Amino acid sequence: MLFEGRVFKFGDDIDTDAIIPARHMNTSEPEELARHCMEDADPEFVNKMEKGDIIVAGKNFGCGSSREHAPIAIKYAGVSCVIAKSYARIFYRNAINIGLPIFECPEAAEAIEEGNRVQVNAGTGVITNVTTGETYQAKAFPEFMQQLIEAGGLMAYVKEKVNSRG
Amino acid sequence: MGMTITEKILADHAGKDFVEPGELINARLDVVLGNDITAPVAIKEFERLGVDRVYDPDKVVLVPDHFTPNKDIKSAEQAKMVREFARKQNLTNYFEVGRMGIEHCLLPEQGLVLPGDVIIGADSHTCTYGALGAFATGVGSTDMAAGMATGEAWFRVPETIKFVYRGKLNPYVSGKDLILYTIGLIGVDGARYMSMEFTGDTIKSLSMDNRFTMANMAIEAGAKNGIFEPDEITIAYIEKRAKRPYKLYHSDPDAKYAQVIEIDVTKIEPQVAFPHLPENTRPISQVGEVAIDQVVIGSCTNGRIEDLRVAAEIIKGRKVHPNVRLIVLPGTQEIYLQAVREGLVEAIVEAGGAFSTPTCGPCLGGHMGILAKGERAVSTTNRNFVGRMGHPESEVYLASPAVAAASSLLGRIAGPEEVV
Repeated sequence: MLFEGRVFKFGDDIDTDAIIPARHMNTSEPEELARHCMEDADPEFVNKMEKGDIIVAGKNFGCGSSREHAPIAIKYAGVSCVIAKSYARIFYRNAINIGLPIFECPEAAEAIEEGNRVQVNAGTGVITNVTTGETYQAKAFPEFMQQLIEAGGLMAYVKEKVNSRG
Repeated sequence: MGMTITEKILADHAGKDFVEPGELINARLDVVLGNDITAPVAIKEFERLGVDRVYDPDKVVLVPDHFTPNKDIKSAEQAKMVREFARKQNLTNYFEVGRMGIEHCLLPEQGLVLPGDVIIGADSHTCTYGALGAFATGVGSTDMAAGMATGEAWFRVPETIKFVYRGKLNPYVSGKDLILYTIGLIGVDGARYMSMEFTGDTIKSLSMDNRFTMANMAIEAGAKNGIFEPDEITIAYIEKRAKRPYKLYHSDPDAKYAQVIEIDVTKIEPQVAFPHLPENTRPISQVGEVAIDQVVIGSCTNGRIEDLRVAAEIIKGRKVHPNVRLIVLPGTQEIYLQAVREGLVEAIVEAGGAFSTPTCGPCLGGHMGILAKGERAVSTTNRNFVGRMGHPESEVYLASPAVAAASSLLGRIAGPEEVV
C-alpha cells in the first residue's frame, strides 16, 4: 500500500474537539462529518486539501474524547494517512478499527514541513519526503493490519473473514 | 512477582493467573456502555456484523445524555435510533429523559458498575468507574459494537504509575484540585497508554464523589484507566446499590510500577487550568484578574451531590454577579431530587443561578450554555480545548465547584475564601 500527497502540518496535542467539534456531532453520517474535518485547528483545511493529502502532527495526536467521528472525519475528508510523533490511545485504536492508516515517526513528524510532498509505504514503513529527498523509517503495519485497512476497517475485515470461512 | 489491582482484574477476566504489562489479552466484559452520540455509530457497525442479539441484554447499557433532552431534529433522530435499538434488543438498562442522568454519575448510582468489573464504554470518561476499584476504559464505537456482539474485548495490559498522596487537604481543596494538580505535574500525555493508581493516606479518607472526580480525569493525562483500591468507603457506597456479586481486588505489596510519584497535598491550593489544555494549571493565588461571563457547575466530573452542596453553601444568601450566567446541572435525577430536598436548588435559584435537568450539554459545547466569541467561562467540567464549550475564540477555565461558585459571585476567577 502506497500513499502520496501534500502535507498539512499541525502541532502537539491536537484534540478530538479540534478534529471534529462536538457541535457537528448531531449526525453520524461520515460525509457530513468530513465537511468539518480539523475545523477548529484550521477552518480552511477542507477547502485547501485534496484527496490523498497527508496530515503530519506533533505528540499526542487525537487526545480527548473517544469519538470515532474524529478518524472517520479525517478518512472521509480524503486524507490518505496521518504521521505523528505519538497518538492518544483511544484515537490510535479507533483509527485502526475504521481503517485510517496512521504512522508513528517522531523524526519524520519533526522534519517534514507544511506543503512538502510525502510518500508513505505502508508495507515497509518507509516515509519519503519527495520534496527534500529525505527518508524516515516508521514501524510497518503487520500483514493483518494492512488487510484490515484495505477491507475498510475492523467490522468489514471480520465480516470478510467470516464469509470466506463459508 | 506481585500484580497491581489493574493487572489482577484483567488477568481474572482473561482466565489467567498472571499477566504483565505489554501482554495482549482477550477479556470478558461486565458492562458495555454507549450514549446518544457514540451508540448510533456502534449500532450501525453492529448491524453490519449481521449479529441478531447483543451478548447479554442486562450488560449493554445505553444512556442518551449528551444532546438530550433533544437539542435539535438531528439529535432527536440519533436519540431515536438508540431508543429503538434498546427496545428491539430488550435492554434492561436504557435510561430515558426524566429517569436518566449523565452516564458516569448514573451507572455507579444505579449499582450497574461494581468493584472488580471490566467495563468498556464508548465515552472517554468511562474511566470514572475506576473509583470503585474496577477496570474501566473508554473505547470507540467499533469496539463498542464488537463488545455488544461478543461480550469480549482485547487489551494491552498497561504499565501503572502509582500516585501516593500524603497529608491533610487544605480547606476547599477537593479531588478536582488533586487531579488538576496531578495533570499539571505530568502533562496531558504523562500517563499515555498507562494506568494511574491513586493511593496514600489522603486518599484513604477521600469521599466516593471526590474519587469519582479523580478517576474521571485520568483520561486527561492520556491514561487508559484510573483506579483506587476499594476500602470501607467504597463498600459503604456499593452495598446498598449492588444487585449482583462483586469482587474486591488489591495491589500486591511487591507489584511492579513504571513509576511512583509522591505528592504532599498540604502544599496544594485550589487549582485552575487555563486555556487550552487541562495541564495548564495554576494555584488560585497565581491566577490574577480574569473576568468571566459564565460559570458551569456539573458534568460527569463534578455533578454529584457533594459538588452541589459545596457550591450551594458558598452561593446561599449571596447574589450571582450581574455580568455572570451561572448554570448548574445535577448529574442524575436522584441527585436533582436530593438537591431539591436539601434546599440546594432554592439557594442557587434565589442567588440568580439557572438550575437544569441532567445533561452533558455545555461541557462539550452541545447546548444549554454555549459561549460566544471572546467569552470566558469557569467550569467544573473536564476539558478546556479550543472551542470545547462554543466559539473557537471562547475560553474555558477548569476548576472545582468551590472555585466555580465563588467566581460566579465575584464575576472573576476567585477562591472560595474571598467570599466566605
